[in-house]
Amino acid sequence: MATPLPTPGVGRTPEPPDAGGACASCALAPEATRLARLGLDPGRYSHVVALAGNPNTGKSTVFNALTGLRQHVGNWAGKTVARAEGGFSYGGVGYRIVDLPGTYSLLSASADEDVARDVLLFGRPDVTVVVVDATRLERNLPLVLQVRQITGRVVVALNLVDEARRHGITVDVRHLARELGVPVVATAARRGEGLPDLLAAIEQVATTDDPPAPLRLVHHDPELERAVATLADQVAARFPSLPNTRWVALRLLEGDPGIEAAVRDGSLGDQAAPTVGAAG
Amino acid sequence: MTLDELPRGDRAVVTALDIRGGARRRLMDLGLLPGSAVHAEMTSPLGDPTAYEIRGALVVLRREQARAVHVEPEGR
Repeated sequence: MATPLPTPGVGRTPEPPDAGGACASCALAPEATRLARLGLDPGRYSHVVALAGNPNTGKSTVFNALTGLRQHVGNWAGKTVARAEGGFSYGGVGYRIVDLPGTYSLLSASADEDVARDVLLFGRPDVTVVVVDATRLERNLPLVLQVRQITGRVVVALNLVDEARRHGITVDVRHLARELGVPVVATAARRGEGLPDLLAAIEQVATTDDPPAPLRLVHHDPELERAVATLADQVAARFPSLPNTRWVALRLLEGDPGIEAAVRDGSLGDQAAPTVGAAG
Repeated sequence: MTLDELPRGDRAVVTALDIRGGARRRLMDLGLLPGSAVHAEMTSPLGDPTAYEIRGALVVLRREQARAVHVEPEGR
């Protein structure tokens, strides 16, 4: 438990660690010492990263690998109850990272899914890393598509590739990235495999000024399409900075109470969102 | 035929979901969509609920949930 972690003072942007200092005991390759794990305290941060994924995809393992924390790795339902937060610094830039509860969906009404959805929608993280299980990709991709409908600032961590290899499963990472329109990085977080690439992808998405647009569902029912378009225009007029008005319109049509409330009280357009980004 | 009638050990493909709202959403989130392959794996001693293999995971459904799922049994 006494692994020394670099803990810079609050409010001070940490110096990039010197080689070998921060990462002596970690599983990352030496060149990844651009990474400094900041444990619970991100200090001053420039970017917010949300970690989403189905249950049992290794989200918390990725979280711990990035922050140096050793929290709550275990396999039972609802382990990450609300959300865990931590920090790391990469290339001298501070990141705050939020570990969301594991969910299959952002649409069913369960408390876990509400937490995950609210962080993505109202917190507007700079990057959402969706951790997927390479051995059960088909089961994991619906969540990726749902997140892609909310934001284009997404990195897919194709985790457990070591296990997939053992089962004779190879995933065409480049093809998947092309289809999804966002970076896909193969990882085996337990062994640190792929983490340097994951960090580079996170940095790239966090700093781009031109993220891919949210995925747009095409509705083949003209009546539904008209209703979505009309409502989306009204949502856009009320919340001009919102990138995913069609998605919000569709939720309103479904009678989603959380979204209805957010439209009514205006929190949908709130940049300084209550969930992420507020307290430092 | 509906999923609750699928004999244990048999396979089928989902053709339609005869249910609306949140319950439909939930089934879809669990991987039950038109075109999904389903395998009736095991039944509890009283015949309800039943565990189905769907897209690489075991999903347990009550009879009234399974009754909403229309399936086409696979060639026998």
